[in-house]
Amino acid sequence: MTVSLVLVVIMSAMYACAVYLLLERSLTRVLLGFLLAGNATNLLILIMVGEAGIAPIYDESVDPSEYTDPLPQALILTAIVITFAVSAFLLALIYRSWRLANADDFSDDADDLALREGTVLIEAEETLPEASTTDFPLDREDSR
Amino acid sequence: MTALVPLVVLVPLLGAALTLVVGRRPRPQRIIAIGALVIELVIGIVLLIHVDQVAPLVMEVGGWQAPFGIVLVVDRLAALMIVVSAIVLLAVLVFSVGQGLADGDEETPVSIYNPTYLILTTGVMVAFIAGDLFNLYVGFEILLVSSYVLITLGGTESRIRAGVTYVVVSLLSSLLFLASIAMIYGALGTVTIAQIAQRIDELPVDVQILLHVMLLVAFGIKAAVFPLSFWLPDSYPTAPAPVTAAFAGLLTKIGVYAIIRVETVIFPGPELNPALMVLALLTMVVGALGAVAQADIKRILSFTLVSHIGYMILGVALGTAEGTAAAIFYIVHHIVVQTTLFLAAGLIEREAGSTSITRIGGLLASAPVVAALFFIPALNLGGIPPFSGFLGKLGLFQATAQQGDALAYALIGAGALVSLLTLYALVRVWNLAFWRSSDAVEGDESRLLRSVEEAPLSTSTVSGARTTPRLMTLSTAGMVVVGIGLTVFAGPVYGVATRAGEKLDGPGAYIQMVFPLSTEEGSPRD
Repeated sequence: MTVSLVLVVIMSAMYACAVYLLLERSLTRVLLGFLLAGNATNLLILIMVGEAGIAPIYDESVDPSEYTDPLPQALILTAIVITFAVSAFLLALIYRSWRLANADDFSDDADDLALREGTVLIEAEETLPEASTTDFPLDREDSR
Repeated sequence: MTALVPLVVLVPLLGAALTLVVGRRPRPQRIIAIGALVIELVIGIVLLIHVDQVAPLVMEVGGWQAPFGIVLVVDRLAALMIVVSAIVLLAVLVFSVGQGLADGDEETPVSIYNPTYLILTTGVMVAFIAGDLFNLYVGFEILLVSSYVLITLGGTESRIRAGVTYVVVSLLSSLLFLASIAMIYGALGTVTIAQIAQRIDELPVDVQILLHVMLLVAFGIKAAVFPLSFWLPDSYPTAPAPVTAAFAGLLTKIGVYAIIRVETVIFPGPELNPALMVLALLTMVVGALGAVAQADIKRILSFTLVSHIGYMILGVALGTAEGTAAAIFYIVHHIVVQTTLFLAAGLIEREAGSTSITRIGGLLASAPVVAALFFIPALNLGGIPPFSGFLGKLGLFQATAQQGDALAYALIGAGALVSLLTLYALVRVWNLAFWRSSDAVEGDESRLLRSVEEAPLSTSTVSGARTTPRLMTLSTAGMVVVGIGLTVFAGPVYGVATRAGEKLDGPGAYIQMVFPLSTEEGSPRD
């Protein structure tokens, strides 16, 4: 199987950036990381086509081996639709999280924290996020 | 008979569409949702009887032949899972209807609950009958997207926080699954499971192991296998009680189901079996230790859920027909029992106003029915004879002992220890929440909470309040009866599991099923 080096390099760069963004605590960046990783995966499926051919529209005079493989394109189309729907939902989730907690970052689980400190008292701690970890404005008074 | 195969998916999907149409009226919505699941259960039972006694069903969608078109495959394993899932989903739906009536859903209907629940059912069923990897991916996505909606239902702060963890982890596993599908397609030029099984031997062993590990990691996150189980105890307990019950019972088991398919049909080679056995051991022990350390009933149950996934992985990792059969029986047992326990936890939450065992007590006196409904499945999960949990573990240990090396005996020892630890964690719940008197509870918050809860009910809808908890109790009791039934009729169920395990011993039977004309393997079609 022959693959395009350009596509492979682009895919690797996208995966690398995606991993970096997914490891951030800010949810907006996690969303961007997810979008990048999703598109990198779509690109990976496209790479699996191998050498590109002509459009796979049936024509009697064309030898079947000259067509490009249509199945990965169908898979990508399905994957794009799913990624689109999920990112819309994730965006709504992030917005809701920001409206409720004025924070768009991951918070530690309250029970895990309680366990780590050796208590069983469950109290959700509310702290202002560090300005560097969020992409939303931090005006706490206006948001409620 | 093959006409019934697509109906397994179509019935809940059409039900979801209909419930959306009547979205503003809760009563017809409930009737349609329950009706769809009852039809689903009937179809499942008919399929199971047919598949067990006549032949497995293979449907080529749109008439396109197997490697080119999409195939839907119902063998004994798939049919058994369809029946158990339909029972569990139906019981949980009845429970949530009861809860909805009690909480006054008539005034503020959550009109998306029933449609989303039915779409979750659709996704579960697609995953069970998918005959190619991409369809399996689509099935996973359908059930995951609806589970995102259900786990964040209501959108309170704690649910959003737990939901975000769940969504991001699930997305990551989905992307990994998609990437492994791309790699498999690149390596083998197909996504049909039977054709992958035919061609896999052409690949070099190291490429095989790479693809194998990628698929196992993707499914391991969904099945909550240690060390990929960290997300589960943080995200499940905050969801509404019926949602947690359905998720805990079903969603992780679908990951295990996919792992069974991977280990028996796609990569039947024994290369990774020792590694899987070590992971099974760690999953069991770490999960059980987590359960012992917790103070909230739902979190304790979530950790026992993780630890018992280890038993199923153990059965799969043995790589023998007996091991697979034992794992299948254990999955059936665990789906039923874990759902029952979470439903019982939902009842406890209603009775006592909390699920923290440090804050509640005296439930044996105030709610003896709930106590019984918790006690029976708790003993069952702990593996007390004669319950199905004991039978499942016995089968697993027998299959493990056949392997006979040091690792196998270490796993049997760990399995017995974990079953004791599970029992310890659940007896702790029993002692604190049910057996000690409510006066012994520090601060005595529960009685206060109870009076606050009862006050509005006694003034407004008295009749509604009286009938509705009965519906919740009834559905939980129904699940307890199903659990006991699984013990009484363990012989026939184990028989089906054994026959399913024999068919899954190597990919030959599966390939034969999808491509009946190719006669590479000697085994005849049944």
